[in-house]
Amino acid sequence: MARYVVRQLMLSLAVMVAVSIVGFVLLRASGDLALRIAGPEALADDVERIRVAYGLDKSLILQYLDWAWRVLHGDLGRSLFFPEEVSTLIAQRLPITLGLGALGLGAAILIGLPLGTLSALWPNGILDRAVLAVAVLGQAMPPFWLGLLLIIFFGLTLNILPVSGAESWRHLVLPTLVLAIATMPTILRLTRSGMIDALRADYIRTAKAKGLNPFTVVVKHALRNALIPIVAIAAVQMGALVGGSVVLETVFGIQGLGYLSWESINRADFPVVQANVLVLGVIYCILTFVSDLLHAFLDPRLREQ
Amino acid sequence: MSATESGAVAPVRSDLAHGLRRWFSNSGVTVGGGLLILIVLCALVGPLLVPHEAFDQSLIKRLRPPAWSGGLPEHPLGTDHLGRDYLARLLWGGRISLMIGLSTVIIASVIGTTMGILAGFYGGRVDFAVRFLIMVRLALPAVLIALAIAFIAGPSLQLLVIVLGLLLWDRFAVVARATTLQLRNREFVVAARAVGCSDFSIIMRDILPNISNQIIVIATVEFANAVLIAAALSFLGLGVQPPLPDWGLMIAEGKQYILFSPYLITLPGIAMMLLVLAVNLLGDGIRDVTDPEAKGR
Repeated sequence: MARYVVRQLMLSLAVMVAVSIVGFVLLRASGDLALRIAGPEALADDVERIRVAYGLDKSLILQYLDWAWRVLHGDLGRSLFFPEEVSTLIAQRLPITLGLGALGLGAAILIGLPLGTLSALWPNGILDRAVLAVAVLGQAMPPFWLGLLLIIFFGLTLNILPVSGAESWRHLVLPTLVLAIATMPTILRLTRSGMIDALRADYIRTAKAKGLNPFTVVVKHALRNALIPIVAIAAVQMGALVGGSVVLETVFGIQGLGYLSWESINRADFPVVQANVLVLGVIYCILTFVSDLLHAFLDPRLREQ
Repeated sequence: MSATESGAVAPVRSDLAHGLRRWFSNSGVTVGGGLLILIVLCALVGPLLVPHEAFDQSLIKRLRPPAWSGGLPEHPLGTDHLGRDYLARLLWGGRISLMIGLSTVIIASVIGTTMGILAGFYGGRVDFAVRFLIMVRLALPAVLIALAIAFIAGPSLQLLVIVLGLLLWDRFAVVARATTLQLRNREFVVAARAVGCSDFSIIMRDILPNISNQIIVIATVEFANAVLIAAALSFLGLGVQPPLPDWGLMIAEGKQYILFSPYLITLPGIAMMLLVLAVNLLGDGIRDVTDPEAKGR
């Protein structure tokens, strides 16, 4: 087990380094930084002075190592637009994105788990078919479009919910709904297939034969086993939600990390973009690492391997 | 194949009939496939039948509502903010979405399947390298990277397809690797190796045909994925560029008129939903027919 943990940890670190290199390449490809920092009216001498002062005259490898060294000390660089340091910006925006992701995921589990369990109890029945149809529809809707539809209906036609911003809980209802509808089908399908397998297992037949209450059999015996892959996938889904926050936060005008990335790309503020790529990559790595550990912890068969 | 060699004609026919029945009795294949064929026909032939051009502007006919809410009968789905016929643009947009989905899947499947087969076939260091690349790819925020590249290189349809193709190969690699691993030590592969077949010919003749079903299923998933991501990028202004009638871009252009002309947003979204729905249903159906074990997953 310890060897497994150490190996996964090393692998995650290597992945983070690779992601940071991609972020660095994006920043380099975005144009001459010295020119950008100096501004359009700077003299050639000033640009050269800035180039030396910021270390932009060194080789790319040295520049990357410089940057990586500063990142390891908590310095994610300076924005070309905002007066704050990038690390401050991200510290302000990240909680909003993470919170929204957690809300969306929570709502998806709350809807998907019971529906998936119910449809597994009577596979191919009417309820099962209806639930699967909902899942297929949910998967087919582009989230940003669904967001706009909800804005039209709840914000403009009924005028009962605010459509932009994140100031109060009421602002979060519609974005949470969109995230939940986008994520729910995955949770639902996993629950359904896991439950169908679990209900076929010998220990369920034994439990039924013992005359246990059917509710206990389903919830305590079958669902517990079906939950293992869902716990594992939930962490990965959270990573996907946070990574996909660009589009949703733009639609709803939520000042999270995704919106920050979007604004920064349009302003060619690539130090911020680079930092966001790194932060999102690291979050994903942490979540998959946690999910692997959880999976191994919950499923003794995996632990022994 | 042994049935054909034994020379019996009748069983072959009934095999074929049985196979066809298996395909056509699957609701995913019939509904999804039928809907997809319909969409492809509309996209290919539709623009030729509509009397308006998708690019013709008319300032006096701006923002006419669809026929059912008091618009002109000559523009059954209304017109957009530049007076362009919305039906013609929706049909044209179908060509763009189909093109994006198809090209992305071709690029991504070639990259992903090659990597996956090599990893599963050779194992060891190759496998480790491929698994590492998959992990790195998954850790990269795809939408953000695609937006950044589009901004740096200048957004266009071609760039969009290439970037998406380079980003969406991971699932192909995962599935090709897993299925190749299962095949690697099967008798026919071992036999081919014993006879002295080259690795290349074993991969092309024994491995690839046997994993193609799974690859096709993944292709439908990624087709839908590519259409949705491309629409999101176009919606954000860094995908397909005006005046092309891309569905995502049409939704973005209609956003300003959300209050009085909501059809500008609802119609392209419904079109996209139908396409993704058709492809997903078809994919689920193909998987149910070719891999009955996994039915309903």
